[in-house]
Amino acid sequence: MPQQKTKRIKTTITVNGETREVEIEVPDIEAAWGDPRNMRWLGKRIPRVEGADKVTGRAKYTYDIQLPGMLYGKILRSPYPHARIRSIDASRAQRLPGVKAVITDLTREVKYVGEEVAAVAAVSEQVARDALKLIRVEYEPLPFVVTPETAREPSAPRVHGGQNVSGGNPRERGDVDSAFRRSDVVVHEATYSVPARSHCCLEPHGLVCQWQGDKLVAWASTQGIFSVRDELAGALGIPASNVRVICEHMGGGFGSKFGARSEGVICARLAKHAGAPVKLMLEREEEQLATGYGPGVTAKVKIAATRDGQLIAWESESYGSGGVGGGSGIPLPYIYPVPNVRTRHYDIATNTGASAALRAPGHPQASFIMESAMDDLAHKLGMDPLEFRLKNDPNPVRQAEYRLGAERIGWHRRNRVAGQAPGVVKRGLGVASAIWGGGGGAGSRPTVRIDPDGSVEVRLGTQDLGTGTRTYVAAIVAEELGLDIRQVKALIGDTDYGYSGASGGSTTTASVAPAVKMAAMAAKERLVAVVSQHLQANPADIVLADGKLTARGGSEKSLTWQQACALLGKEGIEVQGEWNANLQGSGVAGCQFAEVEVDTETGKVRVVKIVAIQDCGLVLNRLAVESQIYGGVTQGLAMALYEQRLFDEQTGRMLNANLEEYKLPGSLDMPDVEAIVYDNPTGKVSGMGEPPVIPTAAAIGNAVFNAIGKRIHSLPITPAKVLQALGKV
Amino acid sequence: MKAFAYHQPRTVADAVRLLSQRGTMAIAGGQDILGAMKDGLFEPEHLVNLKSLPGLGDIKETSTGLQIGALVTLSDIAEHPVIRRDYTALAEAAEAVATLQIRNVGTIGGNLCQRPRCWYFRDPHVHCLKKGGDQCYAVRGDNRYHAIISPGPCYIVHPSDCAPALIALGAKVTIAGAKGTRTVALKHFFQMPDKNLKGENVLQPGEVVTQITVPKPKAGTRSTYLKVREKDSFDWALVSAAVVLQMQGEICRAATVVLGGVAPVPYDSASAAKMLVGKPVTVQTATAAGKAAVEQATPLEHNAYKVPLAAAVVKRAVLAAARGVRE
Repeated sequence: MPQQKTKRIKTTITVNGETREVEIEVPDIEAAWGDPRNMRWLGKRIPRVEGADKVTGRAKYTYDIQLPGMLYGKILRSPYPHARIRSIDASRAQRLPGVKAVITDLTREVKYVGEEVAAVAAVSEQVARDALKLIRVEYEPLPFVVTPETAREPSAPRVHGGQNVSGGNPRERGDVDSAFRRSDVVVHEATYSVPARSHCCLEPHGLVCQWQGDKLVAWASTQGIFSVRDELAGALGIPASNVRVICEHMGGGFGSKFGARSEGVICARLAKHAGAPVKLMLEREEEQLATGYGPGVTAKVKIAATRDGQLIAWESESYGSGGVGGGSGIPLPYIYPVPNVRTRHYDIATNTGASAALRAPGHPQASFIMESAMDDLAHKLGMDPLEFRLKNDPNPVRQAEYRLGAERIGWHRRNRVAGQAPGVVKRGLGVASAIWGGGGGAGSRPTVRIDPDGSVEVRLGTQDLGTGTRTYVAAIVAEELGLDIRQVKALIGDTDYGYSGASGGSTTTASVAPAVKMAAMAAKERLVAVVSQHLQANPADIVLADGKLTARGGSEKSLTWQQACALLGKEGIEVQGEWNANLQGSGVAGCQFAEVEVDTETGKVRVVKIVAIQDCGLVLNRLAVESQIYGGVTQGLAMALYEQRLFDEQTGRMLNANLEEYKLPGSLDMPDVEAIVYDNPTGKVSGMGEPPVIPTAAAIGNAVFNAIGKRIHSLPITPAKVLQALGKV
Repeated sequence: MKAFAYHQPRTVADAVRLLSQRGTMAIAGGQDILGAMKDGLFEPEHLVNLKSLPGLGDIKETSTGLQIGALVTLSDIAEHPVIRRDYTALAEAAEAVATLQIRNVGTIGGNLCQRPRCWYFRDPHVHCLKKGGDQCYAVRGDNRYHAIISPGPCYIVHPSDCAPALIALGAKVTIAGAKGTRTVALKHFFQMPDKNLKGENVLQPGEVVTQITVPKPKAGTRSTYLKVREKDSFDWALVSAAVVLQMQGEICRAATVVLGGVAPVPYDSASAAKMLVGKPVTVQTATAAGKAAVEQATPLEHNAYKVPLAAAVVKRAVLAAARGVRE
């Protein structure tokens, strides 16, 4: 057997929402997607295959699962930000009619409001709630701290016993101090900050767990059916092969739905104790308190460029808080190469829940900090902020995107001098950009099956977290076999369908699509072998298109799809595919332009327009890519103007653990959004689900600066802050 | 939600009798109380459905004005052609409430009697002054959305959009109780926390608002309601203002300016009105009215922005009302 050819590639991997770039060795097998101009499905606007099911309510989410004899689980959560649990008396809850299981062994010390203390399963949600009220918990309240500012003080209560502040190791390259001292540089210093933000998934976290003997079936609202499987198996001490996880449809995860999480293990345990299936879906308050959030970050920044606008030095000291977790680090400096850099980042522990990956973890925060500093420095240099970026961003794709975006937004209409707009309501324009990996990895094992009756099925244990995975899985197979997409049944969202990784880090498409393509190619090869024999043609001359297989360049004889499949034995064709690195690429680029109106009397910012441009290499489904851009911009606008988790230092409680005072935009708050998919002729697919969220807030902040000539240094940009910046308070 | 007994009285007298019992609360549209019950903020033993009462769901035009039943929905008010034309501030206020779904169900009586949104008050685990505790957490806490005008010791803002408009239009409310009915000017219906800490109005246990009466505006009257909020889809007022002007040519003959979002009650600013009466409405007089409206303001640590904001909102509302166009 000949030695397989290999090559080394850089790609991104994601483990529980932590994304990092790695270099790996992969088989080098020749394969190509082909010319997009010749494609019937790929690159076109394909409505998602489950769209009709979703809008008619036929699609079954975890919340919709109903099983005979199913119980409802509820979790008792700590009302205190920090307390020792002296005792738990659940005897009254246990005696309440309808209560079937009670768990009280979860923890002896709670470190944030909302931490799990006990749980029950009962015949109805109402009985379960009543039971929680009957559980008597004796707490010994302990000192707490809920804001990073207070937690940094030496006298602050300790969250974990040790220091609240960790990290702070300097990362340095070049000669920072000399660069700042050069006589030909302009230096800008400021502090920028982004608050912690919640995921606010439309569908809350939760599961339905059903035991069949020592086997467990779990329906989960998740980004990773296999990671849920592994975590459940590990926590319950049963083999992974005894756990099946199903997620046919799910209502958003954004990084907060990897793994089974505590509610998953609790749900499985309750079902085991009760001997009946249990549904445990979290409520909105629980979502806010205990399912993670994107860390807030504050950065003291010093940035310098030569007078002609070449970035030369960056120094930043930043701190962020992942609550009782960590992971608040961000990539600084961001996007624009700087030769001389010194950064320090500190993680601050607080008595709030643990942070989780949130759509492009760290990047939107880094973007706001970096892009605000870039604009402030451009202002000092007397340079057009766009020119400044063109000069400092070597990425050829973004270079093209900047020019395209400038034209679409009408960049020439910006205020040449920030704040020089006339009138009470001032208009301004801003720009910011995004960088992301988007590469994939090996592991997915899709199966393509063709039956002699002509039916086609593709199975893979990936999941569609709303991004359109199922649709391109079907489309790739349809494209390869020359079929209508409706002829291909795409089965995903079940660990019985074969391994695929979790959906995070925008890695799903570049991991799944190449494997599906390889499986479809293998299936086609088998079918063509049979058909070419039948038509007495060379296999290379058989063309699959429009539901027919035709022998080109000779007899021009053809078979319909049905006729061709009828030639197969009753075993049909069933083949697997493996990931192929040559079908995927890494490194996507984006930029966004914002136009805003700032009312200088009320302080209110209205976003008028966003032009958002994103590349992802070869486009599989243009409609889905546009949809990701719209979603990213919406979330980015929310970050710019509305979102922040607020904690009360007196009580340690979250003030806005709801969707009332935790503010999200509605239809009336959304601007005209122009989503532009930048066709980057790489011929390889890359992920792009995350990057469209990155630059929106920074672009809006820069547009506000352009309108009023005042920088709002912290998000969200509220009327209070604008009035303050304008000197009206 | 804690289990409760549900009552559907057929007459106001029955409703009042039921509501006089301890542990009893009223429900109409349910847009405030159901959320509060689910959150565990209120746990009534008995819930009395006012929607079963006949005759309280109509808007009647009379020779002297409007009679609006307490069960009329906010959507009905917002869409009523006569209210839109002659009582514009009220239509605009009703339209500014929450979302269409909530306006389709929420009633005018409920809008006036809804409880404050203060996040300390709304948190069932925080025992604040208003709930019988020993401190107002807003004083030292996060008070960005709280009152800039309050005698203390509580710093809620009254959340109603319709109340400032109705007060500016001179509305009265009819209240049914065990001893019969009484009528109170809406302006005197609401109470500051130094007079009534636990409630926000004069309703006694067992009493219920049954009707709102709005006098017919005099010739030359124009009104508007202007609400500034952080977001336009479903948000409470940072500051709002209802302005009613009676114009005679260019001259303002009478004016009322009532602010929302600034005080524990809808804040009727006589000093703002005074800046307008007897003068033409100009940018100068409107600005002066705005300034006068906040002259009593003593903001807390995090809400000083409401002072210039309120001045701007009053100015704009005055100019918009004078122009007779919506802004």
